[in-house]
Amino acid sequence: MATFLVRRSIGAILVCIAVTFVVFLIFIVVPGGDPAQRIAGKNATPQNIINIRHSWGFDQPFYTQYWVMLKKMFGGNLVSYTSQQNVLTQIVQGMPATFSLTIGASIIWLFFGILVGVLSAITAGRLSDRVITVLALIGISMPVFWLGIITRYYLAEGGLVTWFPDGEYVGITQSPVQWLSHMILPWLVLAVLFIGFYGRVLRGNILDTINEDYVRTAKSKGLTPRRILVKHVLRTSLIPIVTLFGLDFAAVLGGGAILTETVFDLHGVGQYAELSINNFDLPPIMGVTMYGAFFIVVFSMIVDLFYAYLDPRIRPT
Amino acid sequence: MAQQAGETEFTLDTAAELASDEPASTIRGRSPWYLAWHRLRRNYVAFAFLVLFVVVLAACALAPVYASQVAHSGPNANHVLETVKVNGHEVSVVSAGGYIDKKTGKPCTVSGTGCELFSAIPIGPTWFSAGGKFVLGADANGRDVAVRLLYGGRSSLVVGIGSTAICVFFAVILALLSGYFGGWIDFVITRFFDLFYAFPVVLLGIALGSALAINGFHHFGINIESGSLWIPTLVISYVLVPYVGRPLRGQVLSLREKEFVEAAISQGASPMRVMFSELLPNITSSLLVFFTLIIANNIVLEAALSFLGAGVQPPTASWGTLIADGQNLIVTRPWLALAPGIAIVLTVLSLNVFGDGLRDALDPRAKIKIEH
Amino acid sequence: MEPGGALMAERLLEVEDLSVHFATVDGTVKAVDGVSFELERGKVLGIVGESGSGKSVTAMTLMGLTRDVNAHFGGEVRYKGRNLLELSESEMQGYRGNEIGMIFQDPMTSLNPVYRIGEQIVEAIQAHDKVDKRVAKRRAVELLKQVGIPNPESRVDDFPHQFSGGMRQRAMIAMALSCNPDVLIADEPTTALDVTIQAQIIELIGRLKDDFNSAVIMITHDLGVVAEIADEIIVMYAGRVVEQAEKRDLFYDPQMPYTWGLLGSIPRLDRPKPERLHSIKGAPPSVINAPAGCKFRPRCPHAFEKCVDEPALENRVEKPGHLDRCWLDVEVKRALRDATISGDTQEAA
Repeated sequence: MATFLVRRSIGAILVCIAVTFVVFLIFIVVPGGDPAQRIAGKNATPQNIINIRHSWGFDQPFYTQYWVMLKKMFGGNLVSYTSQQNVLTQIVQGMPATFSLTIGASIIWLFFGILVGVLSAITAGRLSDRVITVLALIGISMPVFWLGIITRYYLAEGGLVTWFPDGEYVGITQSPVQWLSHMILPWLVLAVLFIGFYGRVLRGNILDTINEDYVRTAKSKGLTPRRILVKHVLRTSLIPIVTLFGLDFAAVLGGGAILTETVFDLHGVGQYAELSINNFDLPPIMGVTMYGAFFIVVFSMIVDLFYAYLDPRIRPT
Repeated sequence: MAQQAGETEFTLDTAAELASDEPASTIRGRSPWYLAWHRLRRNYVAFAFLVLFVVVLAACALAPVYASQVAHSGPNANHVLETVKVNGHEVSVVSAGGYIDKKTGKPCTVSGTGCELFSAIPIGPTWFSAGGKFVLGADANGRDVAVRLLYGGRSSLVVGIGSTAICVFFAVILALLSGYFGGWIDFVITRFFDLFYAFPVVLLGIALGSALAINGFHHFGINIESGSLWIPTLVISYVLVPYVGRPLRGQVLSLREKEFVEAAISQGASPMRVMFSELLPNITSSLLVFFTLIIANNIVLEAALSFLGAGVQPPTASWGTLIADGQNLIVTRPWLALAPGIAIVLTVLSLNVFGDGLRDALDPRAKIKIEH
Repeated sequence: MEPGGALMAERLLEVEDLSVHFATVDGTVKAVDGVSFELERGKVLGIVGESGSGKSVTAMTLMGLTRDVNAHFGGEVRYKGRNLLELSESEMQGYRGNEIGMIFQDPMTSLNPVYRIGEQIVEAIQAHDKVDKRVAKRRAVELLKQVGIPNPESRVDDFPHQFSGGMRQRAMIAMALSCNPDVLIADEPTTALDVTIQAQIIELIGRLKDDFNSAVIMITHDLGVVAEIADEIIVMYAGRVVEQAEKRDLFYDPQMPYTWGLLGSIPRLDRPKPERLHSIKGAPPSVINAPAGCKFRPRCPHAFEKCVDEPALENRVEKPGHLDRCWLDVEVKRALRDATISGDTQEAA
């Protein structure tokens, strides 16, 4: 187990290094034109651009440029030239909102995703399965930002009712009740897509597993249907869901919920990136991309470890 | 979907044997494709949604006809200062703004709580009472929303289908190379997939989209100007390659071990021949399903990127930018945001349902599903 | 049960006119059609047929594993006098594993990969006996020892993927016998195993039948498998029983041309070496649109006019209890048969 852990950690570090190189390529090398001008943002003066060209080493060979970028990112010196704000500080400021959104929504989507998947699988072919399937497909087909805009307008802004507060994030330490009431709608909106998706995946997994020989064996032992479902069918059907969940959780934590955060004005990490897009202010987007990749790398490592625990066939001996 | 719903999974593999043991005479001449088509034909729901998708496609293709013959306007034509006859009354396309009650959407007499200042209020949906003009109303720039909706659909569908085609093309090539040759080629390709799995899809799309939106792309003799539809198309296809490539590689890898591939190789078939005449035909059914579902996914992704400003660039319309435009006016003119959203949901839903039916039809396991 | 039974063997299972039909989109599948047999304690019944002959469906119906909204049952399956077909699903659970145990074809997939071997046996024990885990586990170790697993005390904590194919099948047998069932159904128990392991497993099943004082139904497509162990053999074709006899009679005086085919496809050392092994031409018939008359007629080299009517399953030879469904005259048939099976005049036949 220890060697597995060490090997996996080294792999994760290598991926992180590769990720920084990809970020370098995306922002500095691939796009056309002068990188200094791009980094400087929309309303830069010529003097700004000259300064940036110098401080980022754009007049130097590319490996120096890469090294400078790494130093800026990991030294916490990445600065937005449009707003003159430190990117790391801004990301840290956005984390409470992003974490609140992710943790709450993921609990909802995991719980209802499993519920929906199990319900439609055990009633496969009957009316409830059909209704669930239709609802799940509609859920998957709705763009999350549109659902957010519409629900915010009709349920929070008074288009129909005002059951929920109108956007914004309130810190949990400031007022737990306000925090909760501000988060409920974003949680539900973000969870809808995942519930539909997880429900579909789990339904398929369960129906595949039910046809496995070992489920027939379990039945031939005289086990109760409930025990067969829980111990033999669900246990194996949920393994792929664990992988999905780990990676989705990480992606949302890493700023992947940019749309939900934006629509509900939560001022999370994702929205920080979104606000920068309109000004074509690249350093924040670089920072957030890196931050998101970091979470995914870490979580995919955790998922692998957990996976090995769940499936003895790939457990290292 | 409904066909699948109408059936119970029949759990005995022996019965599967039974069902497959038909006399040799009737088995002859039935290719898997024929059987799949036979199953798909019975799935009326999937077909109905396919028709819906074709209708959306046709409507968007006919956008110029609608614009010139019905709405007498263009996608970017500005009518801010004009008036239009609605039921015989002259109405300004864009009225002067003022304070609007956020709850009722009616003008406030006094500014105060619940009221917000709007600089301009466009005309709402006329529902054909203005002779086909402004059927869904106008936006803040006085542009006909119905026209923009159809033109926006063109952008969204072009980007969605185009990016899917490019993405699937490269994913197939990479999967075939990786699965057939194995070794270091496989190592490099899978590492490439892993690397891009490490980015949240939307963030990577935004990073690429916004970085390229400023100056465009000018490398390897390819010149793409900023504002081109090629940018979102390529960004989306690039971002999704690993998500299509990885499962396909798994399939190729397992096919690679099959006897018919061994046989072809031992008969001296070249790698190209094995990859394209032995392996490719065997992943075609998955490709078809992938293709349908990835188009659906890419339409949503395009909308998301455009909504955030990292996809289709204004003034070009797309369903994503239309929702962004509509968001600002949702209190007074909710249809501006509702209409493009509904268009996306219908299009994507039709693809998802059809894709689902297609998968059921192509999945050999579906053969032993039994109807009540 | 018949009176005065001290000497009479105990009849555990009586299957009478059993039919299992499945409704499918393509029509009704008559998987099993009018099958009858009896099983006594201590005996081994072999059910032989090609895939699709209905042998597995018969076996699984005895266990109540074919129950489904689309399945329709006819006839009776009486276990110790109770008709299992009339039991509710929860009553049937009390019989599965406890009264009738079953082992399956592929030991690679029949064990749950995520649980330890011991856990799976303990689960089977606890499904019927309210004993605590330690006692159940001790019994699991004992069972693994009985089926010939070396070091059962440590192997009991292994996962299935750590066992070889033969060992997994032994573990399956241990699991099936864990609640001391009176009937053990073995559905192609050796098909997925190496030839050398096959004989060991058959031998093991025969020995355990005596140790546990139970009866065995052995289902196979290979007459060679039941040659050693079976007392009585049923040959099935297209959901029907086409021949039924004591093992000796079936091997030495087979009446159905179909049975000859099955026998002819076994290589034998005690007969002159044929040019090639005999094979039955054609494919098994559709169970949806089965041919009228004798089901084997389309593939039978000796079919004649009379075969358009299906013959009844009845005794046509000197030996009572030897039943078959063939119109051919017994003497004519024997002559044709000897030519066919010995192989050298096969083309002439």
